[in-house]
Amino acid sequence: MSRFWNEKIECMSREEMKKLQDERLAAQVKHVFENVPYYRKLMEEKGLTPDDVRSTEDLHKLPFLTKADLRDAYPYGLLAKPLSDCVRIQSTSGTTGKRVVAFYTQNDIDIWEDCCARAIVAAGGTNEDVCQVCYGYGLFTGGPGLNGGSHKVGCLTLPMSSGNTERQIQFMRDLGSTILCCTPSYAAYIGETLHEMGYGPEDIKLKAGIFGAEPWTEEMRREIEKLLGIKAYDIYGLTEISGPGVSFECEEQTGMHINEDHFIAEIIDPDTGEVLPEGTKGELVFTSITKEAFPLLRYRTRDICVLSREKCSCGRTLVKMTKPMGRTDDMLIIKGVNVFPSQIESVLMKMSNATPNYQIVVDRTGNTDTFEIKVEISDDMFSDTIKSVTDLEKKISGDIHSILGIRAKILLVEPKSIPRSEGKAVRVIDNRKLV
Amino acid sequence: MTVKQLSVFVENRAGRLSAVTRLLGDSGIDIRAVGIADTKDFGILRLIVNDPDKALAALRKAGCSVTCTNVLAICISDKPGGLAAAMETLYKDNISVEYMYSATISKEDGTAYLILRVDDNDSAARALTEGGFRVIPQQELAKL
Repeated sequence: MSRFWNEKIECMSREEMKKLQDERLAAQVKHVFENVPYYRKLMEEKGLTPDDVRSTEDLHKLPFLTKADLRDAYPYGLLAKPLSDCVRIQSTSGTTGKRVVAFYTQNDIDIWEDCCARAIVAAGGTNEDVCQVCYGYGLFTGGPGLNGGSHKVGCLTLPMSSGNTERQIQFMRDLGSTILCCTPSYAAYIGETLHEMGYGPEDIKLKAGIFGAEPWTEEMRREIEKLLGIKAYDIYGLTEISGPGVSFECEEQTGMHINEDHFIAEIIDPDTGEVLPEGTKGELVFTSITKEAFPLLRYRTRDICVLSREKCSCGRTLVKMTKPMGRTDDMLIIKGVNVFPSQIESVLMKMSNATPNYQIVVDRTGNTDTFEIKVEISDDMFSDTIKSVTDLEKKISGDIHSILGIRAKILLVEPKSIPRSEGKAVRVIDNRKLV
Repeated sequence: MTVKQLSVFVENRAGRLSAVTRLLGDSGIDIRAVGIADTKDFGILRLIVNDPDKALAALRKAGCSVTCTNVLAICISDKPGGLAAAMETLYKDNISVEYMYSATISKEDGTAYLILRVDDNDSAARALTEGGFRVIPQQELAKL
């Protein structure tokens, strides 16, 4: 089998790719203008009609979409196809207030899975491989995306989902898994567990791993590679645009190739919205040019990165993006889950008459994120008994878990004990040093 | 019949108890009884003082988290079985004690004072009075 899933596209000349993008963009803008009143209104406010966007040079004229738009338009406001044409819904990490639901036609699913297939082939996957997918399945795009890509490539697919690590390792050994797909922190955890169980890389057949959905460092990559005896590949994506596979790494491991035939990437100045030249650090913006049901134009990812068209030794001509170097908003990714401080605030608001001051402390022990929330206690939050305080901790912890799906350690502290800078409490301390 | 107890939330870190008690001292507050319930991360300091309103104001002003609870202060004999007699009286009337701690002991008249947190103050006060125990009102406590 080839080193490419779709050599024609992945190695297409810049001119041909631009031509393809121009055609698809013009058609997509027309499709959105005609079928999404929400975006049509944004375009009309700028005095734009589809005739104004004929090529990628015109892209900068189009208005941006942000997560706030997705919230305003929830659930059907950005839908561009009748529901009868849609076959699937996926959603971002189950969050109140920040929920995003994305719709897919069968064609959208095919394209998404095709993008994942490119990532699997770039990691050396063929129909001879056994691909163990331990991303979560369900509304989260990780499991379904890689599962679909693995089917397309023809790998024997193990839809394990996450958790039950000893069973993961048992299947990995018994069935000879060769490719592992999961979050990098879970990969590290599987590696550590493997060693705790008295095994090493020589006891498994894994050769490659495709890891994404959370930030990770080069050091972590080397560690996972050593623990599991594999080559570790990064993958990037977001539910709003499709899911994992928006971009993927090749054997060079120097950034992720963006599937430009489906997604046009731009880098903008997050403050002015101005498009920045290639090689400049800025906010990543995506335009879906083939998506039918949920086509977002100029969607601001809030991820900060750099694009590069330097020649890649793998032969692909697809533009490369660096790992996200940070965010333009206050979103944190903890244990693979998107966390906004405002979500923590919404829980705490219910615990007292005045919203208590709080501080989120994120760290990494080994390769697992730790998530602690310090909350300043006030008079109306406790009584004279220890139970009143521990009940409060449990209540906060339970509410956080039901909103985010992950557990936080709650630490109640004395009033005014959280340090403030210029009178404002420092909301987030991230000690993970991921960038 | 009850007396006011102040409960202060204190983190388990060095210097916190000394800061809170120093604050009370500097505000001219006399502590009549004190107890602490602790966990790994925090404790609740329970205080019976001569002037609870003044102490409450001082603690709040200093930014402490304080709650006020009505508890019972009773007088028992300072001799073997003195406490047991009080507990039996409460047990007979099906009253639960959530926690208690001792206050001053008077050598002169052989009595001891006890702070009791029960599930039902009125029933407990009635049972104890009928059982021959003296329940100390706030005014008397201030003068002790």
